[in-house]
Amino acid sequence: MNTPLIIIAVSLAFIVFLGMRAKRGVTMNMEQWSVGGRGFSSVLVFVLMAGELYTTFTFLGASGFAYGFGGPALYIVVYTVLAFVMSYWLLPPVWRYAKQHKLLTQSDYYAKIYGSTALGTLVAVVSLVALIPYLILQFKGIGIIVELTSYGGIKPTAAIWIGAGAMTVYVVNSGMRGSANTALLKDAVVLVVCVFLGLYLPYHYYGGLGSMFATIEQAKPGFLALPETGKNAVWYLSTIAISSLGMYLWPHAFASVYTSKTEISFRKNAVVMPIYALVMLFSMFVGMAAILQVPGLSGGQIDLALLKLSIQTFDPWLVGVIGVAGVLTAIVPGSIMLIASSTLFARNIYLVGAPDTSDSRLSLVSRIAALAISLIAVYFAIGGGQSIVALLIMGFSFVTQLTPGLLASLCKTRIANKYGVATGICVGVGTVAYTVLTHQTMQTLFPGAPAWVHDVNIGVIALGLNTAVMLAVTALTRGLVQEPTVALQSEP
Amino acid sequence: MPRSTWLVLIPVLLALGGVLAANRVTPFIFGLPFFMAWVVGTVLITSLVMWLIYSLDPANKP
Repeated sequence: MNTPLIIIAVSLAFIVFLGMRAKRGVTMNMEQWSVGGRGFSSVLVFVLMAGELYTTFTFLGASGFAYGFGGPALYIVVYTVLAFVMSYWLLPPVWRYAKQHKLLTQSDYYAKIYGSTALGTLVAVVSLVALIPYLILQFKGIGIIVELTSYGGIKPTAAIWIGAGAMTVYVVNSGMRGSANTALLKDAVVLVVCVFLGLYLPYHYYGGLGSMFATIEQAKPGFLALPETGKNAVWYLSTIAISSLGMYLWPHAFASVYTSKTEISFRKNAVVMPIYALVMLFSMFVGMAAILQVPGLSGGQIDLALLKLSIQTFDPWLVGVIGVAGVLTAIVPGSIMLIASSTLFARNIYLVGAPDTSDSRLSLVSRIAALAISLIAVYFAIGGGQSIVALLIMGFSFVTQLTPGLLASLCKTRIANKYGVATGICVGVGTVAYTVLTHQTMQTLFPGAPAWVHDVNIGVIALGLNTAVMLAVTALTRGLVQEPTVALQSEP
Repeated sequence: MPRSTWLVLIPVLLALGGVLAANRVTPFIFGLPFFMAWVVGTVLITSLVMWLIYSLDPANKP
């Protein structure tokens, strides 16, 4: 056994211990398991929400994106911050409605507010198709991180089994409380590791941040701003617009809104979270430090920039600590995804088929579902396969298709009904699948359009069609639907 | 909705308008490329504005 491996193994054992312990003194019913009994403080809600936003994608992906593309990487910070700003007005009414109607999943929200169980099931299916590949991505992340930071001592397959096993054990046992407990530790470790790497590596290789940027500007002029073509200003703006709308539509992010004890937590967090988003900047510093130090990574390999540079620079024990941070960014968000997807299955698919199921039995169903989903994700994380890659690319665009229905539900006057929202989602999801699977770009779709149109993020097409169809179908079916009386806007 | 809600336009305009006004590497601000410094400044101002909105919003009074 080598040093990093021992550090990672001990930390993993500690995580499981923390996760298991979270159950103490709690009678585990469905509400406790899925949304922590709606009793979480501002701080816990903060780490849960921040926790699921700072996944392996942000740890490895943000540094990789900065390594590969430079300036455009800043879109990640901007869209996150704008989503936090939006959360000030978006989350309190959603939380209020969920508490009033004892909702447990994102699909419950659509089902209740539009008065249609079938719509809930549709949303659940779309969510699961998006969420499970995302979980697979976290598992794949564990495999890569542990293999690299153990200097090849543990093969990805073994690492994935161990990581997934550890996570599933405490998820099945403690549910959301386990995730909250471990999220606190994860955020502390990731914060320290990111800030340290982001400041030390530029200092070590260039003598400081300022001289690092000056050196990069000399070697690659303009790389640290937006380019004229490709990932340019049009791409940047359209991608920010779509991504910030979609951020809270991830079913696990949505469900963790329900864990809060008070609605004021969301408004408080909207003040602090933007600052917290700056942590991602430090992982981008690492990616930028790697540009001239580990040149030549391309394609999917750019995501390894942070780990490669760390291994090249540090003693094994420190590599181990970085490995722990990486594994945590996969396990903690992964556990929330696992809880969200198994609750979705139990509440919006199983319960629809067997409406008489008791609460305690449903709780059992969702835990068995957690085990099953985890096994499925492990299978695909180890097996791989091109179909999964396509699903991963589509995942974010799929959940974004739930945006129009959510925003429409928050309007004072009813502008959409269940038929409109359902057909809108189907058209949106269909459009995303078509454009991804047939490799369409804005250029192939609109060859005659002006050049700037070609740089628009292709996701706006699906979202635009979705919204238009939703409004049109609602207008056509207005007579068919008894308007549910909803007092969403009223303060308690 | 309190009138202070309109303050939210400040961060949105800074974040999105930045691509037109600030899309260049030089001059460096505190060592950061100009575009990155603009984003960092926007984030700090965003937090400040959200704090203002929070404190002026009667919904947050006990």
